[in-house]
Amino acid sequence: MSVVAMTVNGKPASADIEPRTLLVQFIREQLGLTGTHVGCDTSQCGACVVHVDGRAVKSCTMLAAQAEGAEVLTIEGLAANGDLHPVQKAFREHHGLQCGFCTPGMIMTAVDLIRRKPELDEETVREELEGNICRCTGYHNIVKAILAASQEMR
Amino acid sequence: MSGAIAAEGIGQPVRRKEDFRFITGNGHYTDDIARARQTYAYFLRSPHAHARIKSIDTSAAEAAPGVVAVFTGKHVADDGLGGLICGWTVTSKDGTPMKAGAHPVLAFDTVRYVGDHVAMVVAETLADARAAAELIDVDYEALPAAVALSTCQDEKTAQVHTEAPRNTCFEWELGNKAETEAAFAKADRVVKLDLTNNRLIPNAMEPRAAIGEYDKGSGIYTLHTTSQNPHVARLVLSAFVGVAPEHKLRVVAPDVGGGFGSKIFIYAEETACVWAAAKVGRPIKWTGDRSEAFLSDAHGRDHLSHAELALDKDGKFLGLRVKTIANLGAYLSTFSASVPTYLYGTLLSGQYDFPAIYVEVDGVYTHTAPVDAYRGAGRPEATYLVERIVETAARETGIDPAELRRRNFVRTFPHQTPVIMNYDAGDYEASLDAALEAIDYKGFAARKSEAASRGKLRGIGFSSYIEACGLAPSAAVGSLGAGVGLWESAEVRVNPTGNIEVLTGSHSHGQGHETTFAQLVASRLGVPLDSVEIVHGDTDKVQFGMGTYGSRSGAVGMSAIVRALDKIETKAKKIAAHLMEAAVEDIVFENGTFTVQGTDKSLAWAELSLAAYTAHGFPSADIEPGLKEGAFYDPTNFTFPAGCHICEVEIDPDTGITRIVKFVAVDDFGTVINPMIVEGQVHGGIAQGIGQALLEHGVYDPDSGQLVTGSYMDYCMPRADDLPSFTLGFTKTVCPSNPLGMKGCGEAGAIASPPAIINAVTDALGIRDIEMPATPARVWEALQSAAPRAAAE
Repeated sequence: MSVVAMTVNGKPASADIEPRTLLVQFIREQLGLTGTHVGCDTSQCGACVVHVDGRAVKSCTMLAAQAEGAEVLTIEGLAANGDLHPVQKAFREHHGLQCGFCTPGMIMTAVDLIRRKPELDEETVREELEGNICRCTGYHNIVKAILAASQEMR
Repeated sequence: MSGAIAAEGIGQPVRRKEDFRFITGNGHYTDDIARARQTYAYFLRSPHAHARIKSIDTSAAEAAPGVVAVFTGKHVADDGLGGLICGWTVTSKDGTPMKAGAHPVLAFDTVRYVGDHVAMVVAETLADARAAAELIDVDYEALPAAVALSTCQDEKTAQVHTEAPRNTCFEWELGNKAETEAAFAKADRVVKLDLTNNRLIPNAMEPRAAIGEYDKGSGIYTLHTTSQNPHVARLVLSAFVGVAPEHKLRVVAPDVGGGFGSKIFIYAEETACVWAAAKVGRPIKWTGDRSEAFLSDAHGRDHLSHAELALDKDGKFLGLRVKTIANLGAYLSTFSASVPTYLYGTLLSGQYDFPAIYVEVDGVYTHTAPVDAYRGAGRPEATYLVERIVETAARETGIDPAELRRRNFVRTFPHQTPVIMNYDAGDYEASLDAALEAIDYKGFAARKSEAASRGKLRGIGFSSYIEACGLAPSAAVGSLGAGVGLWESAEVRVNPTGNIEVLTGSHSHGQGHETTFAQLVASRLGVPLDSVEIVHGDTDKVQFGMGTYGSRSGAVGMSAIVRALDKIETKAKKIAAHLMEAAVEDIVFENGTFTVQGTDKSLAWAELSLAAYTAHGFPSADIEPGLKEGAFYDPTNFTFPAGCHICEVEIDPDTGITRIVKFVAVDDFGTVINPMIVEGQVHGGIAQGIGQALLEHGVYDPDSGQLVTGSYMDYCMPRADDLPSFTLGFTKTVCPSNPLGMKGCGEAGAIASPPAIINAVTDALGIRDIEMPATPARVWEALQSAAPRAAAE
């Protein structure tokens, strides 16, 4: 066991964990932040995407210990002061979610994408979503939502 | 009606009530639930497709750190637990019932597919359980396996169940053989086609999960599970498996992350978790990982078919003859026998006026994962067959594919097909015309030559589909072998403060019922959407219900709500008449207000609700206190959503990559409550259909029976960059068979799209057929074998 400490959604978080604990396990099981999901075991689906020091990361592919001292943002921390983030709003407005399981990872990926590439077009959004799988929406409205949010945030 | 309420009413694209919790990470899926003192289950699975279990030694696992208990098939058998069941009995053409082999919760002496359940380890942590499972010593005698569909009925092939010789569970038929033979005898042309409908693996993004609990004081078991139909799960677990009496078992399906059919079924894992919770005296949690989902979720499709279409000299269809071998996998899953029979053969008439149809289906066992309903369930297989052979006939007769369809459309309703179904309403030409317009069919030739000038192969393909939804009239399905009725229930509870809870037997796992159902109730009662709460998924809260599958929640589930609302209105008017001292016939209820006709007397909804519960001075013989009504709605017919999907593709002959340049879907779903949600359902369905046509294939090694496509590294799920944006349109004929005129929209995309895509691909390549999925490798191979040798050199 070893103690890891980081900042999660602006608050200090630490726990004594087995070294093999994945970041996603730390977030879900130690911190009880269950908005971050696990949809596969091969780092393909992206349901577990969170931000580590401002960058989108698949939290199933990183040990909690690797996030020692980092700033971690999960879906629960995205709505600052209770106001929904423009990407969250756009997903609702454009029906970019159905069952909601892939949604937290999609939204966290989209926020990072818009930060990296403020000038987005449909083709780029589709390419950039390669690491996030949705089985419900056919991506049609997810793409629409991300393009709308990127417009909004310009 | 006030503007605000009208904007939330029927036909409006109301933004979803359920979204807030999902976009903020506040959903509650089964794996998000943690119980005090919970233990973790891990299942040891068979590494063999077929083997005899000579012995199992669990002693080392039991002694391993953190292990609470280890259970095997022997424990299950010793406890007298029954096996898993198939709720639909199919009768073979010789009159004998299907030959079903036993389906034990944990394998007893034989394993029958890779992933079959051998033992359950329960431990303090998942890591402990997983590590201990490695210590279980199973002495297997590996046996030859029946894997390939094409050879599983051979005498020399290994047997999956001794009950089913030649691995044949049933030999079913439908239609009139003699009339069909006669039709073929007088045909001017017969078109023949051999088709494969590829095996798919459903892959809802949330893996299956379960938490079993037992309360010693009350003797009540509770199962939280990823289910599309918790009451059916409770019924099966109590009446057939015998975990607990029905009233001592609560099943909760909280937020469920997609189902697509795969979460209808009652599986070994949740059964074992809830059963064993009493044995260990602690909650047991199991969350499948994706690899387990690939191995053990019920798969879909997997047919081999031979089809023949008889035409006269004018291109009029005279008859259809079909022989299909349908893979059932190693065990019959909950509804598997119904899928390749009554959900398949009954749709082979398509949108066409066929005088005669005859279909034979052999349901066969193989040493592979069970096969059951997956989005569309039987209807995609039927549509694929019909629309592929119709398109082939168009090419062989030289009649334009749109024109050939037009010549054969059913045009008068009701229409009795030769295969049970009675189509109640539709306008197939209207959706074909709208789709032709949307794709600019007239401009296709120019686009094709423009593409050719860039060295690309362009093709166009049609699919004029029909499906049967709104499952289903109980008497009808009962006569066909169903073990259950397929009605739906609703209860409308008006609270004293005037807000409303609606308890529905339908279950939402992405379909947006919390919004759509609330729209219906709010607009009917003239109250704000926010004052309506939809309650579903908990057998302790909701009256018995049949759940969500087969696009039934609108046509059946909402019809039950309508019936309950009718009763609410009747009683509310009675109360209003009493309170305003008027005759009940004079009470008008509009926009949430009760008025006495011809007077200025009125009563607001909230006032009436409160009065219903204060009940001061009610004539007790006439009016009971309270305002709560329930209804069970049994549909009078299936519903028949139909439409036309057209796909245009461009193929790069150098790489074999197929790009969908335009996909048009025009659907007739009858009345639409929320067009935004309906469009979303179509998008998702088309994506799964594109997946089937171009990307997805569940592949087993034909010798070893190992699942070759057991992860997202190998099984090609559609990604955003595999798909185009879709062009949608709607036509409307109101369904006469239910009070709202709804037909259902959940499966249409997955049903209609695969033949449209393959028709486009084969058109582009100038070939008769290509097996799904038409991967770049297959397209490239087709191009090489089609190309003249000189050109290839």
